[in-house]
Amino acid sequence: MKFLKYFPLAAESIAARKMRSILTMLGIIIGVASVLTTLGIGRGASTDIMQQLTSEGVTLLKVTSGTYSDQTWTLGQPLTMADVAALSDRSLHPDVDRAVPFFRQWDYLVAGSNIRYGEVVGTTSAYAVIHNLELARGRFLTDNEVAQRTKSVVIGADVARSLFAGIDAVGQSLRINREPYTVVGVLRKRGYGWFGSTDGAAIIPLAVAQDRLRAPFTAHRHRGEYTVSEIHLSAVSVARVDAAAKQVEQTLRLRRALATGEPNDFTIDNNAWLLETAGSVAATLTAFLAGIGAVSLLVGGIGIMNIMLVSVTERTREIGLRKAVGAHNRDILLQFLVEALVLTLVGGLIGIAISFGLAEIVESFSSPDFPLIVLIEPASLAAAVSVSAACGLLFGLYPAIRATRLDPIEALRHE
Amino acid sequence: MTAPPPLIDMRNVTRTYRTGQAELHALKNVSLSIGAGEYVAVVGTSGSGKSTLLNILGLLDRPTAGAYRVRNRDAGELNDSERTSLRNKEIGFVFQEFNLLARATALRQTELPLFYAGVSRKESRRRALNALAQVGLAAWAGHRPEELSGGQRQRVAIARALVNNPSLILADEPTGAIDTQTGEEVMALFEQRLFEGLTLVIVTHDREIAARARRIITLRDGAVISDEPRPPSTAAPEKT
Repeated sequence: MKFLKYFPLAAESIAARKMRSILTMLGIIIGVASVLTTLGIGRGASTDIMQQLTSEGVTLLKVTSGTYSDQTWTLGQPLTMADVAALSDRSLHPDVDRAVPFFRQWDYLVAGSNIRYGEVVGTTSAYAVIHNLELARGRFLTDNEVAQRTKSVVIGADVARSLFAGIDAVGQSLRINREPYTVVGVLRKRGYGWFGSTDGAAIIPLAVAQDRLRAPFTAHRHRGEYTVSEIHLSAVSVARVDAAAKQVEQTLRLRRALATGEPNDFTIDNNAWLLETAGSVAATLTAFLAGIGAVSLLVGGIGIMNIMLVSVTERTREIGLRKAVGAHNRDILLQFLVEALVLTLVGGLIGIAISFGLAEIVESFSSPDFPLIVLIEPASLAAAVSVSAACGLLFGLYPAIRATRLDPIEALRHE
Repeated sequence: MTAPPPLIDMRNVTRTYRTGQAELHALKNVSLSIGAGEYVAVVGTSGSGKSTLLNILGLLDRPTAGAYRVRNRDAGELNDSERTSLRNKEIGFVFQEFNLLARATALRQTELPLFYAGVSRKESRRRALNALAQVGLAAWAGHRPEELSGGQRQRVAIARALVNNPSLILADEPTGAIDTQTGEEVMALFEQRLFEGLTLVIVTHDREIAARARRIITLRDGAVISDEPRPPSTAAPEKT
């Protein structure tokens, strides 16, 4: 490469004017460091948002009875265990992975003298699977407990904190509707998602809930089957969510004997849109932060142009001499371009180093309630290096062209 | 058998500068030819057109009218790049103000024409050191202009002018910024190259320096008013 010979020239020229070179690079250093750090914070935050929003899974479908439109609920026939059983038939619903009954009741949760009002959920062990529930302590309900109607309970993080502050909740006793349950697990805190929050819930075997929560009565029945509040289903993949919804709709319409043209009296929701929302939130955030960074990079680039213009004026005699002794316009152009390129590339590399330091500092302010993650991705690094090089070329070009246009006679006479 | 064409051949060269309304005739109908190996002094008061003549000779400027041939090539037909290459290979410049790069070592200064000639680093280093040795500055190769005396700086400039073995040296007041004693030493550096066929054109208004040349061209108001050869025997310095 012929233009490589201008690099030693540039290095000498930069080294000969150390202070000015450092000041020139400062603009690019700050620009690159701020782009990378803000971009990193943006990426970190959006990853965090994405994780929170999608922590309960994005292949979920929720079936509720009734429909909602124009701000009013229209009641429909209740959902029953028979619906769950029907929807569990894989041959009719190939895109439905699991169908899980969800029975909800609100009641007081009592442990010793501590009382908390909360959501009591009756379900099966598959509930933990489709909702990606993670346990802080103990375990979730087992198939055996659900089948044997064991009075075991898994509690949310907030429940554990208010009822069993300072002690290990696992193995403790908890009373719901005056009956004692043994805590077998505590869920990890997760915050609010599309399905609400499990942080304040107590989860017990389905049959126990249907049988005992309303004791001395049992749960409502419909056509001889226990009703459920909702049916939660998981599709086999994100791409098959819509297909799964269609299959579920088909079955439910048949079972409810809805005629063609008659509207559904149930609602099937899915949360795949969360991905989209999270993605666009993340993209907006990143674009916003990158914009701030880009402005500082632009300012840095203009700084380079400014200094290079001063440099061309200051070195008019040098340029005249170089032309007199045989420098072609191309030589002068490349000399100044390469000099700007080296300045910005070195500035870019220093900026990258500083951004890693800044990332450490920013992350040191992170706390569990306000997590700060700085994700500096290889793609951002590559972009930073190429953007700073592009800055050098772009903002070095005008001064370099100015240099080539100098008339050698005038330049040699220049004071 | 015809005589070989002269190194430099100017026919009715005119150079006019336009400043607003006024036209300044820096050179008027100048015709002269200089053969290879000649030692020419161009004298005249300031404003007489000496520098313009030198710029045109050195391919830094173009005549407004007239023909200029270097080594039998029509300079008017050369484009910018060709003129630059010709300057690089055939012409060495020496200026009154030395025109050294402010922060470069004597070695780097001397290497400059070779850098643009595309000579390899190793070769150009060898040739530059050789050129510096010829002007007696071998020991100063690593020094920067601010560490050198005026005479040493001009000798660096001479080494730079000679390093690419040009056939023509154009010197504009080469002794103007240094004392007489050093000036004579500097001139001697050029003159010893005359035997190797180097052509030397010196612009000066120092009569003693001019008197060393074998031909003196006198300019006044842009025109040649005298062009007289001096036999070497009479080239002794005159007292004024």
